[in-house]
Amino acid sequence: MPKGHPSHSSAREARMEPRGRGEGELFVVVVGCGRLGSIVANRMSLLGHHVTVIDNREAAFASLSPDYSGFRVEGDATELATLHDADVRDADVVVVATESDNINLMVGQVARKLLGVQRVIARVSDPEREDIFYDLGLETICPATLVSDEIVESLRRDHGIGRAQDR
Amino acid sequence: MRVLVVGGGKLLYFLSRSLMNSGHQITIINRNREECVRLSRKLSAVVVCGEGSTPAVLEEAGAYEADAVLAVTPNDEDNLVICQVASVQFDVPRTLALINDPDHEETFRGLGVTAISPTQMLVRLLEQHMAFDDIEQLVPMVEGNITVTELSLDTNSPVAGMALKDIPLPEGSLIAAILRRGRPIIPGGMTVLRERDRIVVVCLP
Repeated sequence: MPKGHPSHSSAREARMEPRGRGEGELFVVVVGCGRLGSIVANRMSLLGHHVTVIDNREAAFASLSPDYSGFRVEGDATELATLHDADVRDADVVVVATESDNINLMVGQVARKLLGVQRVIARVSDPEREDIFYDLGLETICPATLVSDEIVESLRRDHGIGRAQDR
Repeated sequence: MRVLVVGGGKLLYFLSRSLMNSGHQITIINRNREECVRLSRKLSAVVVCGEGSTPAVLEEAGAYEADAVLAVTPNDEDNLVICQVASVQFDVPRTLALINDPDHEETFRGLGVTAISPTQMLVRLLEQHMAFDDIEQLVPMVEGNITVTELSLDTNSPVAGMALKDIPLPEGSLIAAILRRGRPIIPGGMTVLRERDRIVVVCLP
């Protein structure tokens, strides 16, 4: 757990406080505090990284665990001002995980190409869109693809189906 | 031109109707089934029902053959992605995105998409209208770096009776066209302005 970060601080306080990152500590910004975003934020925070979560619904922050020690920024992430409030420019990693693929695609590109964030991971719900995310230079995670891979793989293991037959 | 228009509401309807009236071939993409039915009854355009930012839907609507894509949905991020998919995946030569947030004009440009902000246009028009009362129409172009202005010369205009070459126009402005008794004239240096001419001026703002 990082020390000295009260869990209810605003981003404004965050900026005034020097970040003082230790060895191997990352500054992670998570966009979208839904089911996926809140889990990523909670876990990264527990691992001792500096985390800021952005969501435009204040109620969404309720899904953060009581142990979450990062910051919350309430606002629309497609607005540059919100990304500046969350100090996205200084982030080591940005995870865009809202429910909307197009918001993820837009915010991901803004973070990567306009704000120069080194690593941007974007959630994509529609597997058919993974190509376009890739073409636009974003690293993607598609839950549907991951889960279906996992299901098919476990069926293969348990039933001894060979790889070739799958194709 | 073959134009794909993505969006809904009155804006999409009138935009498509105007483009069709000027002889363009229009395909509409709209995600609301009822609206699609209404649109296809009112317009002779091809209407595709689906999510316009999805490659499969754009392809079905003929994106490979389209000369232009206009994204006019109410959501800026959807319009961005529609234009990006159209140009990256289908090589559509011209794409245009409508934006609500005027700050997105710069963001979109950074991401390679041309954006049109009605908000910004109205603000600029209003400000410029307030500055010049006798100016009838003012259209900012090239992201507001050039304005096209139409104005009438009243009966005691100081430039009436002068040849264009003798008029001391301010730096960075040009009289591009004259409308004289309803007839358009592309003027040369010797053209003489007359009272009640309507002139079109291209200038820096």
